[in-house]
Amino acid sequence: MTKFRINGRDVSVDVPEDMPLLWVVRDEFGMTGTKFGCGIAQCGACTVMIDGYASRSCVTPVSAVEGAEITTIEGLAGDEAEAVRQAWVALDVPQCGYCQSGQVVAATALLQETPKPTDEDIDFAMEGNLCRCASYVRIRQAIHDAADILES
Amino acid sequence: MTTHTPTRRRVLQGSGALVLGVALPMGARAQSGAAAVIQGDGSAGTFAPNAFIRIATDDTVTVLIKHIEFGQGPMTGLSTLVAEELDADWAQMRAEHAPSDPERYKNLFFGLQGTGGSTAVANSWMQMRQAGAAARAMLVEAAAAQWGVPAGEISVANGVVSHPAGHQSGFGALAEAASALTPPAEPQLKDPAEFVLIGTDRPRLDTLAKSTGQAQYTIDVQRDGMVVVAVLHPPKFGAKLADFDATDALAVPGVVRVEAISSGVAVYATNTWAAFQGRDALSANWDESEAETRSSEEMIRIWAEAASRPATVAEETGDVDAALASAAVTHEAEFVFPFLAHAPMEPLDAAIEVSDAGAEVWMGSQLQTVDHQVVAGTLGLPPEQVQVHTMLAGGSFGRRAQPSSHVAREAAEIAKAAGKGAYKLVWTRENDIRGGYYRPLTVHRFRGGLDADGAISAWENTVANQSIVAGSPFEMLIQNGVDATSIEGSTKMPYAWPAHRVSWAWMEAKVPVLWWRSVGHTHTAYATETFLDELLEKGGRDAVEGRLALLKPEAGRDRGVLERVADMAGWSGPRRGDRALGVALHESFNSYVAMIAEVSERDGQPWAHKIWCAIDCGVAVNPNIIRAQIEGGIGYGLSAALREEVVLGEGGAVEQGNFDSYAPLRLPEMPAVEVSIIASSEAPTGVGEPGLPPLAPAVGNAWRALTGSTVRRLPIAGSSERA
Repeated sequence: MTKFRINGRDVSVDVPEDMPLLWVVRDEFGMTGTKFGCGIAQCGACTVMIDGYASRSCVTPVSAVEGAEITTIEGLAGDEAEAVRQAWVALDVPQCGYCQSGQVVAATALLQETPKPTDEDIDFAMEGNLCRCASYVRIRQAIHDAADILES
Repeated sequence: MTTHTPTRRRVLQGSGALVLGVALPMGARAQSGAAAVIQGDGSAGTFAPNAFIRIATDDTVTVLIKHIEFGQGPMTGLSTLVAEELDADWAQMRAEHAPSDPERYKNLFFGLQGTGGSTAVANSWMQMRQAGAAARAMLVEAAAAQWGVPAGEISVANGVVSHPAGHQSGFGALAEAASALTPPAEPQLKDPAEFVLIGTDRPRLDTLAKSTGQAQYTIDVQRDGMVVVAVLHPPKFGAKLADFDATDALAVPGVVRVEAISSGVAVYATNTWAAFQGRDALSANWDESEAETRSSEEMIRIWAEAASRPATVAEETGDVDAALASAAVTHEAEFVFPFLAHAPMEPLDAAIEVSDAGAEVWMGSQLQTVDHQVVAGTLGLPPEQVQVHTMLAGGSFGRRAQPSSHVAREAAEIAKAAGKGAYKLVWTRENDIRGGYYRPLTVHRFRGGLDADGAISAWENTVANQSIVAGSPFEMLIQNGVDATSIEGSTKMPYAWPAHRVSWAWMEAKVPVLWWRSVGHTHTAYATETFLDELLEKGGRDAVEGRLALLKPEAGRDRGVLERVADMAGWSGPRRGDRALGVALHESFNSYVAMIAEVSERDGQPWAHKIWCAIDCGVAVNPNIIRAQIEGGIGYGLSAALREEVVLGEGGAVEQGNFDSYAPLRLPEMPAVEVSIIASSEAPTGVGEPGLPPLAPAVGNAWRALTGSTVRRLPIAGSSERA
């Protein structure tokens, strides 16, 4: 039995200890915003926040998050999350959209740490999140726009 | 977007809704409004809506989209066409995938329901406008009757129907009355000068759902008691299952069943992780007697040999052999292109539920008619007892347009083997990368000649690759022994020179191949535009001026985009300090695209800083989406040009398996993109694919300007290691 908090709610699950957090979130809790893309922490579609840090849930065994605070796309809140969402919608960032939950979580985590990121900061923070539609031009611009929204 | 598609129940709930079935321009069926549609055919209990538009009493207008949405924007694009003629307010527009129905929802260019060839807006252009115009006419007629005024005095704007005497109504209040009316046979369409929505940036209808994790894809489908299924496929193409031992798989907690199916072994489990673990615990033996055992290197040798011999002539003008013999300068080159995986972010998947009533399938179906038939055939059900719900798909790039319907078939076999119930087939990334259906491995061979003035006098291009369409429902694309999808782009070039011959060598292999974003143009654009660049250079011509001088008189749209992009980039030759520019021009899917790439060298590889692009795709229905598709085509094309390659190693097994070894472009590598759209009143053409082909040759030509050498074997990243 593993206990942790997810999106502000205390939960406990009785699953094999090595089950990745991704599948606990999706299959046990039925929260489908967090996506499966590779299973080996190469694409970032599964990105969630673990104690505030953008993390790849597909390689995080559930046993490793005992007592942790998990935030998924469904639970994302606060000024940074709101600014990111606003910028994402204004620029129509998503195409197929499948990677975008991970992109939005990663971008929000970046802005929480670095409210006014440079292009280099964005490169570093977002390099792990693949987008096969290559919405990268708009992701970069939307993060800058979200930073402007936060500033104003 | 919490429910998957319009179910019978949801439509029935919409009583008072105006449901339009405008079968245009195919004419056909009499349609007497909502009642007939809600009743459906009444025979087998299967709801068969005949409709593109639903207007509800709450004023929302829902457009049923016959094309799958996987990012290229048909939900927004087709809704724009409807909203324009309906004079709706954009805020009241909604979109849903249409059900599978080859009669009502066929692609007018294909004759069956399906998406591909960048045709979604192009084939729907008149059909969706006419649907919108018909709905508008019926609302006006209903208002005229209600208010007792002539219909001609009523105007509609931004979703409001009004009459100068002070009458005013939203659409919803008129829906019930309009439902009783007969649709006009030939609704009046707007003059393009009256367009309000078409031609302006429209926010996408699916953005908010996709920015908040609410959008529902196939992998998200949940049904009561649903079992998740993972599959183990043969390690080589053409291999068959000999025997397997499921003992260890069944010992994994959560694994409930293991079955042999025609594509391999299926592992059924109560959750996805258990299914994957169970799959990994299987031991299986394979009969490789019919398998493809050649490596990519062996195929390249064989393909190159075939490309150097005479092959089936697809296009010929003048006497190429004589022109080459008399040329002042001749130049030869060979280009090699690898197998490519599409690798959409959502691995292939399908959900299926079989009950006494029949089967329901949820999948990112790109050829609904074929998938529908295959599921019905596999389960032994009449087609009317099968429903295919098209889901949002996490990318496709051609991968989900499967003439073989292998994913739908696999899902149906999984259900058939285990009996009634709900199942969700989920491929792993390794299933995907190693699963075939690649862009065909291709070799191009060129011979070119220049006359004494340096003008091109001869051009010979022989292409060797597998046929994509052979044995598929699209086999009619093979004409006079040539598969058009194998050589498109090498033929019908916009340039004129005295002697020209393009041939095709049909290669056989057991590797399944498929259309990959822009299909034949993925390789023909690179091969022709880099070889042309070399010939121009040898003839002392500027890359832009030289191309313009070669354009046929009728190639005005090619000329327009090339001149535009040269202006945008400030072209005055290829060198720019420690950077270089390269240009390429390529028409595909009736859209004309020119690009200039600005490139420098970084770690021995080209680094693309900026891409300028000019496109002529007819009427620009939604410039916002056109720009997004160009940006995406550039990123997808650059990814393939730089690094992507599926390699069959010694013995024929695929060497790559996941995003560590098949490594797509990442955000830091994405160049800046500037797009200019040519103003046009021509009917709209595609934008999903045409942004890809010119990218690689533009980068390749810039790289040659920088380094003096052309990359003749893609991807670029492997070229120096192999040299």
